[in-house]
Amino acid sequence: MREKQIDKLKDYKYGFTTDIENIRAPKGLNKEVIEFISKAKKEPKWMLDWRMKAFERLKNLKEPNWQKPKYPKIDYQDIYYYSAPKSASEKPKSIDELDPKLLETYKKLGIPLQEQQRLNGIAVDAVFDSVSVATTFKDKLNEVGVIFCSISEAIQKHPELVKKYLGSVIPLTDHYFATLNSAVFTDGSFVYIPPGVKCPMELSTYFRINASQTGQFERTLIIADKESYVSYLEGCTAPMRDENQLHAANVELVALDNAEIKYSTVQNWYPGDENGKGGIYNFVTKRGLCKGTNSKISWTQVETGSAITWKYPSCILQGDNSIGEFYSIAITNNHQKADTGTKMIHLGKNTKSKIISKGISAGFSDMTYRGLVDISSKAKNSRNYTQCDSLLMGNKCGAHTVPYIKNKNPESNIAHEATTSKISEEQLYYCQQRGLNPEEAVGLIVNGFCKEVLQQLPMEFAVEAQKLVGISLEGSVG
Amino acid sequence: MLKIKNLKADIENRSILNNLNLEIKPGEVHAIMGPNGSGKSTLSNILSGKKGYDISGEILFENKNIFELETEERAHKGIFLAFQYPLEIPGVNTNIFLKTSLNAIRKARGEKELDAIEFLKLVKLKAKELKFDEEKLNRQLNVGFSGGEKKKNEILQMSILNPKLSILDETDSGLDIDALKTVADGVNSLRKKDNSFLIITHYQRLLDYIKPDYVHVLMNGKIIKSGGPELALELEKKGYENFN
Repeated sequence: MREKQIDKLKDYKYGFTTDIENIRAPKGLNKEVIEFISKAKKEPKWMLDWRMKAFERLKNLKEPNWQKPKYPKIDYQDIYYYSAPKSASEKPKSIDELDPKLLETYKKLGIPLQEQQRLNGIAVDAVFDSVSVATTFKDKLNEVGVIFCSISEAIQKHPELVKKYLGSVIPLTDHYFATLNSAVFTDGSFVYIPPGVKCPMELSTYFRINASQTGQFERTLIIADKESYVSYLEGCTAPMRDENQLHAANVELVALDNAEIKYSTVQNWYPGDENGKGGIYNFVTKRGLCKGTNSKISWTQVETGSAITWKYPSCILQGDNSIGEFYSIAITNNHQKADTGTKMIHLGKNTKSKIISKGISAGFSDMTYRGLVDISSKAKNSRNYTQCDSLLMGNKCGAHTVPYIKNKNPESNIAHEATTSKISEEQLYYCQQRGLNPEEAVGLIVNGFCKEVLQQLPMEFAVEAQKLVGISLEGSVG
Repeated sequence: MLKIKNLKADIENRSILNNLNLEIKPGEVHAIMGPNGSGKSTLSNILSGKKGYDISGEILFENKNIFELETEERAHKGIFLAFQYPLEIPGVNTNIFLKTSLNAIRKARGEKELDAIEFLKLVKLKAKELKFDEEKLNRQLNVGFSGGEKKKNEILQMSILNPKLSILDETDSGLDIDALKTVADGVNSLRKKDNSFLIITHYQRLLDYIKPDYVHVLMNGKIIKSGGPELALELEKKGYENFN
């Protein structure tokens, strides 16, 4: 392998590489590569046609450049768009037949896949580079009619659902990265909750980038049918490399009448080293459609990794009385950059949205909250509440808040609050006097600052996220 | 317990403490009185290891020099400072702060950390003793607390951490008479043959309730006179200006 592995593994414990034989598509972005991907996934023709349509469209699109974090030009011909472990190309029948190297990898990441070691009450779909290598508890979920599988499998087995909903929230033509994803997406999860079913366990997908010079193009689609409920969580990690790797995902959520989707993210992609070398470009399009009346979509994100995080998990509140929520913790340290927030588009009557954003910047990093609240003229009696808090550590980092507010309905109401504060030397001294070392003190203060958001996470992950918050800021005091 | 020898402290080339000497034995209560700007708060900050001062001399705690120790290491050894202006930490629950603090100290000493149930039992008991409103323990640390509540919270923390040396930096300032009594009761209940106190104050008032063994007068960075409790009364009568 040509890549240079960064030997320092001190802070980022997920920075290891799994040495495994891969099958790759030839480098570059072209028709042949898209055909390769589609063939590797044994896709029906309609899917390939859909990809090609996106690819044609992409030719006329330009990368957006209004974001605050700038990055060197990406050479899209210098990326591998498909890389999969050879052993996973013929999907093993059971998890116990999975390549031991893959099992070991997920064990090391704290996500054991084997039956006897699985996390209690959490079903996991494990995505390794461009393929889903395993999905746990499928049979148990099947008993109540819940479909939880990789999107590749869903395209083959549930084409009617995929055809109906794929691209219904993020259209093919949406914007550069979303359209790129539509052309070359590889794997991700598919969830369908039938009417009236409360999903009996947490569903989660664990995304792992392993191969070098490879982009990951995740595609996730979650449909909650009438009167159903699901809580879903995704986690992400990648090896430490001195190159930048692109993760351009599309995530679509659809909630029908009286349905609720709770979507949580703990994003811990490799952030680059302390000098800003390497790390993942996390350019993600996430959008939820509250299609039915009384439906609800709630996004919770803990964004600690990536060299650049650029995403706005959004809600389109189409159904009357629908509710959209966005809870976010974004942490940048060293030279990390983030431009993140949400869009709440109120279309239906009596729609409500709530935005709680906590940004923490340390080191030389830069953080922007960018959010849109748009209340249409028909969205009578709608409400939004936004609270954006920024916490600065040291005096070489930046925090910016850019709210866009459009209210075309006089009966609706938007409230926005924002604060910026700094961890003071005096606060640290006070905590130290009570026996805490500076890092414990920062952990405590920051966790207090983020509490409202951490409380939204499923319990099994809240503790892990709390620790992650502390670790991400290690070395930022002193 | 504590021996300070020829302690000098400068901040930005300005001399604050100048050849200060003091010895506190186990079980003793010492009061330091002095006017504004005499160096009282600097002394408490230096004892607890705050950075930003140029210091020379010697500070021995249990016969070991603590000059090189970080603030938290001194806390682990049993030095507690009740702050003149206790800090607010938004979002951090008071109980959680207290538990984190207690367990950090216990861990550093190689003692077993308390679980939530053991801790709550302890904190309830102490809060009751100090007439501290338990409901406040579920609020954010010192946020929205009155001046008196903040000071009481310091004494509650002191009583939970059970330090060997407690330094009270103007704990009496801003307290009404009832709160003053509660604070004094708290200190008195902790007075044991192994626990020592250094009480820093402007006024004699607090010393009506906490009987010190020694009183020292600090002026211009130096202890100019030491004596028994009667010295505080003399000072109150004469005022600092005429004392010299």
